[in-house]
Amino acid sequence: MAKRIGIEVSLAISEAVRLANVDAIAAYPITPQTHIVEHLSELVASGELDAAFIPVESEHSAMSVCAGTSAAGARTYTATSSQGLALMNEILYIIPALRLPVVMTIANRAVSGPISIWNDHSDIMGVRDTGWIALFAENGQEAFDLSLMAFKIAEDHRVLLPISVNIDGFTLSHVIEPHEFLDQDEVDKFLPPYTPAVQLNPDAPVSMGTVGIPEIFSEAKKCQDEVLKGSEAVIKEVFADFGERFGRHYKVVETYRSEGAETLLLTMGSVGETAMEAIDRLRDEENRPVGLIRLRLWRPFPVEALRAEMSGVKTLAVIDRAVSFGGTAGPVAGEIRSALYSTDQAPYVASFIAGLGGRDITISDFMAVVDQAEKMAAANEIHQYKMIGVRE
Amino acid sequence: MENLNVYAAKLAPQQESLAPGHRACQGCAELLAVRLVAKTLGRDYIIANATGCLEIVTSSFPHSAWQVPWIHVAFENAAAVASGVEAGIKVLQRKGRYPVDRKITIIAQAGDGGTVDIGLQALSGALERGHDMVYICYDNEAYMNTGVQRSSSTPYGATTTTSPAGKADPLGQHTMKKNIVEIAAAHNIPYVATASPSYPFDLMQKVRKAADTPGPAYIHCFVPCPTGWRMAPNLAVSIGRIAVESKVFPLYEIENGEYKMTVTHKNHRPVIDYLKPQGRFRHLSEANIAEIQQQVDKSYDRLLKKVKMSQIELD
Ligand SMILES: Cc1ncc(C[n+]2csc(CCOP(=O)(O)OP(=O)(O)O)c2C)c(N)n1
Ligand code: SF4
Ligand SMILES: [Mg+2]
Repeated sequence: MAKRIGIEVSLAISEAVRLANVDAIAAYPITPQTHIVEHLSELVASGELDAAFIPVESEHSAMSVCAGTSAAGARTYTATSSQGLALMNEILYIIPALRLPVVMTIANRAVSGPISIWNDHSDIMGVRDTGWIALFAENGQEAFDLSLMAFKIAEDHRVLLPISVNIDGFTLSHVIEPHEFLDQDEVDKFLPPYTPAVQLNPDAPVSMGTVGIPEIFSEAKKCQDEVLKGSEAVIKEVFADFGERFGRHYKVVETYRSEGAETLLLTMGSVGETAMEAIDRLRDEENRPVGLIRLRLWRPFPVEALRAEMSGVKTLAVIDRAVSFGGTAGPVAGEIRSALYSTDQAPYVASFIAGLGGRDITISDFMAVVDQAEKMAAANEIHQYKMIGVRE
Repeated sequence: MENLNVYAAKLAPQQESLAPGHRACQGCAELLAVRLVAKTLGRDYIIANATGCLEIVTSSFPHSAWQVPWIHVAFENAAAVASGVEAGIKVLQRKGRYPVDRKITIIAQAGDGGTVDIGLQALSGALERGHDMVYICYDNEAYMNTGVQRSSSTPYGATTTTSPAGKADPLGQHTMKKNIVEIAAAHNIPYVATASPSYPFDLMQKVRKAADTPGPAYIHCFVPCPTGWRMAPNLAVSIGRIAVESKVFPLYEIENGEYKMTVTHKNHRPVIDYLKPQGRFRHLSEANIAEIQQQVDKSYDRLLKKVKMSQIELD
């Protein structure tokens, strides 16, 4: 096992992509994704990575080029953020429909307007239903590990779907953290080269992306959803394999000090680290039965794994980093309510929106959220969401 | 030679990679042109196809008219997808991981809308990056697949469903056809050409040349559409010929920046011969037609100047 190295998370992700020996990278620069692709282009220029680096003229073309390279049978990677992801939107739907295992890092950033380069989750929430597997990393090590595992999951012939690995812009992408890297031969054993199920090859011609007449369209969509849901088992399998090989263990739903908890916070992404501090203080200083759930897998939504963590829980305080305008709750909270609604003794689900467009969420914010959620639960308060720290 | 070009289509290669049974309208010159391209290229090529008539009529699942690898992703990105296929195959061949080590021609194909309007950016990006591919625009001068709406390739004076000639505005399309051939050439790519299925051998030679040229090549193919042009289906080939004879659509190529006419006529027909059989021009007044004649003469003269300049440079 290699030793720990302090390095910017963006560079650690590029190193994972190098270790994965990708064949093709097509990307367009956007803050805060830039350091990842800059470093990758350096690795290609220096010869440390033998890949095609295609510096396209837009994100729409980035994803379109990815469709082409992946359909040709190349292991394909891209990265983007915010406006770039929004510009890709049309093609995002088509990639999973064509069963192309593209891997993409999303350095999560608020979507305009007003224009903001800072972190929240409005970009990924806007593409929720495009059919991609979506994973969330909480720290640099997770970002590195998940980036490697993403290729293995995506390219598994039982899956053949694209994956986004979400990392919070700046708060994760631009910080220097200790990372434990892996050796090339270890990675090669874990992740052999991509073997496509079908590819564009004149010796065995196929037509990809044909017209979907009404007689087959529903079936095509149903198949796609079944495959996406089925990918959860493969994700767990790859997590287990990775844990066994490298000693770092991952679950689709992670818990922190949740044993015996009556109130749980629920987060996605890097704020989980701050939330842990808040839980420590509430547990250790105030002796309160509180814990934390961190959702690592956003799509397919891990319904059973979430339900399994709910016994004895009375209040669940969900932190969203995006607004679902005119909706019923924050986007994650709405999903959680729906997942728990028909279960016995479903907890009260309080929906909080915080940390929009780079606004910090502090330890005391999380502690206040716990207090407020418990009060709302006691009063069974009907609400859409509460926004934390907003000046009214 | 001119007659051979026109009448000897049966001498074309027997090989086919576009199967019969597709759903194009009767007399569609777009599919005629595609078939000639297919005959030229044999089987060692891959197509990235934009959304449009060509995609719709050849790929209704579970059927496909394509006997070569074919991918359709969206409307505006055929150039980007093709550039990805090209880059992907190149890197895999280098790494010894592609099952074929022969040279494979990469074709991007799109209609005029998918090229001159919504696909212009992706086209420019792919040409600028220098991918070894051939982009073919099948120009039927409107968005036919969605019901004959105007594009920026629709000629001055044509009625379409979004540039209709009406009482208050009797002209139809007000703008001049965008000169995409010059735009492609401005990328300093090695090969650019215009082509027409009414001149099958000229077309096939250009496709061969484009495929054999390393780097990007652009072919702008003029494909009469009886449905959208409101004319009899049996006129598609002859109207394409008249387009060339009347200087409306000259056949030329630009090889490494040098212009050359590939089909010339001593006596040019008046544009009225071209306009008359087509319903889309039926509303035009004599004054309109005279104006169009002037426009056509002017742009043809401008082209001839470039050809002459190239000859001087070559001498
Ligand atoms: C982004 C997007 N906008 C609009 C459409 C609708 N659309 C499909 S084909 C087409 C017109 C195609 O015109 P052209 O490229 O000239 O090809 P043709 O059908 O005339 O051969 C349009 C507008 C689409 N599919 N995608
Ligand atoms: S509408 Fe025109 S281009 Fe489209 S299939 Fe019919 S004839 Fe061909
Ligand atoms: Mg058209």
